[in-house]
Amino acid sequence: MKSIIAKELVKTYDKGAVRALDGLSLEVEEGTVLGLLGPNGAGKTTTVRVLATLLTPDSGSATVAGIDVLKHPDEVRKVIGLSGQYAALDETLTGWDNLTMFGRLYHLNSAASKKRAEELLEKFSLTDAAKRPIRTYSGGMRRRLDLAASLIVKPKVLFLDEPTTGLDPRGRMEMWEVIDELVKGGVTLLLTTQYLEEADHLADSIAVIDTGKVIARGTADELKNQVGGERLEITVEVDQIATASKLVEQVSGVTPTVDSGIRKISAPVSNGSASLIQVLRLLDDAKIHPLDIGLKRPSLDDVFISLTGHVAEVVSEEEVGGKHAAKRK
Amino acid sequence: MLQSVSDFLVITKRQLLQMIRIPEVLIFATIQPAMFVLLFRYVFGGAIDSGVEGGYVQLLMPGIFVQTVAFTLAATAVGLAADMQKGLIDRFRSLPISRSAVVIGRTVGDTLQNVVTLIVMGLVGFLVGWRPSSGPVKIVLGFLFLLAFGYSMSWIGVLIGLSVREERVAQNLVFMTVFPLTFLSNAFAPTTGMPKALQYFAEWNPVSTMVAACRELFGTENIFGATANSWPSQNPILMSLIYMVLLVAIFAPISVRKYVRVSK
Repeated sequence: MKSIIAKELVKTYDKGAVRALDGLSLEVEEGTVLGLLGPNGAGKTTTVRVLATLLTPDSGSATVAGIDVLKHPDEVRKVIGLSGQYAALDETLTGWDNLTMFGRLYHLNSAASKKRAEELLEKFSLTDAAKRPIRTYSGGMRRRLDLAASLIVKPKVLFLDEPTTGLDPRGRMEMWEVIDELVKGGVTLLLTTQYLEEADHLADSIAVIDTGKVIARGTADELKNQVGGERLEITVEVDQIATASKLVEQVSGVTPTVDSGIRKISAPVSNGSASLIQVLRLLDDAKIHPLDIGLKRPSLDDVFISLTGHVAEVVSEEEVGGKHAAKRK
Repeated sequence: MLQSVSDFLVITKRQLLQMIRIPEVLIFATIQPAMFVLLFRYVFGGAIDSGVEGGYVQLLMPGIFVQTVAFTLAATAVGLAADMQKGLIDRFRSLPISRSAVVIGRTVGDTLQNVVTLIVMGLVGFLVGWRPSSGPVKIVLGFLFLLAFGYSMSWIGVLIGLSVREERVAQNLVFMTVFPLTFLSNAFAPTTGMPKALQYFAEWNPVSTMVAACRELFGTENIFGATANSWPSQNPILMSLIYMVLLVAIFAPISVRKYVRVSK
C-alpha cells in the first residue's frame, strides 16, 4: 500500500513567476523511508508543507495514509507528525511544558499527556533537561525535542524536513540513531535533506528533486548505477602503463582513461569483483604488480551533480568529470 | 465545540506558563505603565490646571488605563509574529485542533495579562491620589470595559502579527500607529488646543470615547472632551461599545481566515 501519493503538484508564487513546485509527483510505500534530496530552493520544503496540509497547491492532488490532503486536511492532521527545519518549540517554556502542551493539543487527557511526555523525554535522553527552558538547550537537544513533539500520537506518516541541517557532527550522528530507531518501529517517513550521505544512510529509496520536479528516483544503488556503474581503477609504475592499460581494456571492453600524472588507469566494468579478479590475474601473468587497485562506485555526490547539472560544464568534459567536481566541492 | 474550547484553553495556559517561566516579561509589562502613571502625575500634573476635584490624576488614570490596554494590540502582534518566525504557528497548524484555537487562545491570554497589569496600575494610581468616586459596581464595570477594549484591539494585533511575520517589524509598525492614536485623543490633555480638524478626529478616535467612558464610569467629569460637540463625545459609553463590537466583528473573521491560509 502507498502511504504517500503526490500527483502533479504545482505551486507558484509571484503570479506564476516562481514555480516552487512544477508538476511534482512521488509515492512512498507504507513502512518505508523516502529521502527527498535536492539543493536549496529545489522545492523540498514546499512539498512537505503541501503534504502536511500547511499549504494549498495551485493544482495537483495528494493523499497521505489514504486520506485526501486537500479534501480532508483535518483527518490528515490526526495521523501525521511534522518536524521542520527549525525547532518549532516555545523557547520560554521547558521541554516538559512543550510536550505536555502538544499532548493536550493532540487531545490526550492530562494524565495521558504527562505519561507520554515522560516516555518521550526518556526515549530521547532528555529527562535531565525536562525542567529547563528550551532556550538553554543545545541545537541537537532542540531537534530531538522537536522530533519528540511530532511523535506524541505515534503518527502513521512522519515528515522530517532537513532534520540535521545546522547540527554539528555529533548532533547529526545522534539524530541519525534516533531516526534509525523510529524506522525500525515501522513508521512511514518522508525525509528531506541536502546531504547525500544522509539520504544514503537513512532512506530506502531516494527522489532527487530540482526546480520543483522529481528528476530521478530509485534506491541509492540504482541511482549510482544510472551514473555509470562501477569503475576499475589501478595505479602502476610509469613504464607499465601501456601494458596494464591494454590488459584492462581486454576485461572492460572499453579503452581506459589514463591519467599519466598520477599513473592511474580507470575503466568502467560490468561485473564488479569478478572483473577485478580477472584483471589481477592478467597483471600477475604479465608480472605487473599494481601499487593500488580497486573498484570505485560513484558516490551519491556524483549522481547528484550529474542529475542536477549544477556543474554541467565539468561533467560534459569527460565521463569522470563529475567525480572530480564532487571531490573538489 | 467542547474540544475547541479545550484547545484554546491549552494555548491560553501556554501564555500563563510563559509569565511564570519568565516573570521579567510581566514585571516590565507592569513597570512601564506604572512609570507612566508617576511621570504624568508629577510632570504634567503640576502644569495642567485640571479644574476637577481631586486634581489631574483623576483625569489621567482613565487615560493611562486606556493607553495601556490599547497596546494589547502590540503584545498580540509581537507575540504572534515571534511564533510565526519560529515556525511554531506551522506546527500548530499541522495539529488536529480547531482553526480558531490558536488566535482565540492568544487574545484571551493577552487579556488575562491585562488583568494583572490593570491591578498594578490601579494600586499605583491609588497611591498617588486616584480616588474613583462612582461606587464599586461602576468601578468594576469600568475595568471590565477596559478589558473588553483591550480584547477587541488584540484582534487587530492578530492580523498584524500574522501578516508581518517578524517580531521587530511588528513592534515598529505597532508603535508607529498606536502611539499617535493614544496621543491624538483626550487621554492626557484637552482636545481644545488642537486644530479644528484634529479635534474632530480626536473625538471620533476610539481611544477618546473609551477614555471619556471610563471617566464617566469612574466618576470624574470629562472636562478634556466634548469641545467639538460631536455625537461620540456626547455618548462615549455607547460609542465605545459600538467600536468594540465593530472591531471584533471585522477583525476576528479576517484574522482567523488569515491564520488558516498563512504560510511562512
